[in-house]
Amino acid sequence: MNDKATPFTDAARAAEARPLSAPPAVWEGDTATAKRAAKTTLARLGNLALALAIFVACWIALAAYLDRDIMPYPWEVLPVFVEEMREGDLWDHTVISAGRVLQAIAVAVLFATPIGMGLGQIRVLNRIFSPLIGLVHPIPKVVFLPVILVIMGIGETSKVFLIALILFFQILVVVRDEAASLRPELIQSVRSLGAGRRALFRYVYLPASLPAVLTALRVSVGTAIAVLFIAEQYSTREGLGYYIVTLTWQRLRFDQMYAGILAMSLLGLLLYMVVDVLERIVGRWRRAGELD
Amino acid sequence: MSATNTQAMIAITDLTFRYGPRSTPVFDRFNWQVAPGETWSIIGASGCGKTTLLTLIAGLRRATSGTIRVGDTVIRRPRPETGLILQDYGLLPWATVWDNVALGLRVRRLYGPDGTHAPRTAPPPSRQEARRMVEQWLRRLNIADQRNKYPGAISGGQRQRTAIARTLALQPDLLLMDEPFSSLDAPTREDLQNLVIQLQREMDLTSVIVTHAIEEAAILGRHILVLGQPPNTEPVIVSNPGAGVPGYRSTPAFLDRCNELRELLGLKA
Repeated sequence: MNDKATPFTDAARAAEARPLSAPPAVWEGDTATAKRAAKTTLARLGNLALALAIFVACWIALAAYLDRDIMPYPWEVLPVFVEEMREGDLWDHTVISAGRVLQAIAVAVLFATPIGMGLGQIRVLNRIFSPLIGLVHPIPKVVFLPVILVIMGIGETSKVFLIALILFFQILVVVRDEAASLRPELIQSVRSLGAGRRALFRYVYLPASLPAVLTALRVSVGTAIAVLFIAEQYSTREGLGYYIVTLTWQRLRFDQMYAGILAMSLLGLLLYMVVDVLERIVGRWRRAGELD
Repeated sequence: MSATNTQAMIAITDLTFRYGPRSTPVFDRFNWQVAPGETWSIIGASGCGKTTLLTLIAGLRRATSGTIRVGDTVIRRPRPETGLILQDYGLLPWATVWDNVALGLRVRRLYGPDGTHAPRTAPPPSRQEARRMVEQWLRRLNIADQRNKYPGAISGGQRQRTAIARTLALQPDLLLMDEPFSSLDAPTREDLQNLVIQLQREMDLTSVIVTHAIEEAAILGRHILVLGQPPNTEPVIVSNPGAGVPGYRSTPAFLDRCNELRELLGLKA
């Protein structure tokens, strides 16, 4: 017998004797990590402010250089933006556009994630469908706008579908590659804990593909908004694309047009930032090694 | 070995396994039995089929023909009462040490005592009970301070301790290990080998450990199954009663056993 060995039962009893309800509030090293995290947040905000300042400076310089109605100064646009948002219907157009993008994102994620997981995990399927995806993925889907308009009608469906189609392939490819990179050892050891398909999905595939979905979204949210702008040129009287081209540009209301451009830019920026933050949260573990 | 022993923990009867229809079988009408409470090592050169045998017993692979019975179950899928520990990559990289240890208990709560994913006899622990069990195992394996860290941020030894805690939290009656300590440095490996010996004794576990290291086989297995180049037909078994006794590493008997294994593996003693 090893003298130093503590019999398991004793250890268990000792563990039970101690109250376990509340783990200590601060674990060793957590304060340092928190400080470092606060520092990085501050640095990021500083960088953002700097970028904004450079952006505005370039805008002013360009406006001064061109000296034309089509390029107003920021201080001319900003009051119009606030007024259009509060008094005019710019807010309503923004809500409509945001709704279309969000619906498209939801549809794309719901379809692309499970299919991507399936392709990544079932090699036969991947071998059959990968060439097809490789062929279709690089085609700019926006060229099918006329076809989609004719087939799906001039309502909301066609616009949401077109954006969803573009996002679908982006997400599909990234999720597929992520699922394919899961080690068979990982799956085997989780299966040995009793996990069937349901538990594998809940504890392995879903958490493994969530960061991939967000990465794909972060990269493709800009494209989605660009396509939204184009889709909103046709058969609608709502949305920022309609507001910017038909309601303002064609009527030479350039200050209002810029208010619309600002709204669309902010929509893109906001979506990007939300996705970026979510990606940082679910991808925390990837940086865990660096933080320690 | 007597085939009439119905009390066997593992009973392998006429096992044939081949990877492809035309390839050489790794096992050909192979028979092998493990009694409850026995500790076994399986050793052999790479390609001998030792990992294959373990995954067959774990229910992660299907036999080409023949039967594998573990406890009362004929194995067709992973059996809930069998624990499996792999060399590496077994932990969820996106989950903390705590969540990894809790994983098996969560899976059991998800399915309930259905007999396929969780034992029919024992109801899954309540949330509170599960939390207590995880804490207990974190302490027992000395990784309580690592509970909030991710696997990527802890040492290889701590990772394997996490894997052991996760498996033992499910109170298995059979523990299968595939090269569990091969990627660890020598002191950590010896430390974990001692831990396994201790746990084997405390929990009255039947255990089968696959290894390519002769010393490890002799330290951890009171019985050693030596596999040769495929096809394996007859089990070659070395009895090693000194294993599991503290200080065995430095006895002449241990060195003799290692030399015996070297000879069986075709190496010069």
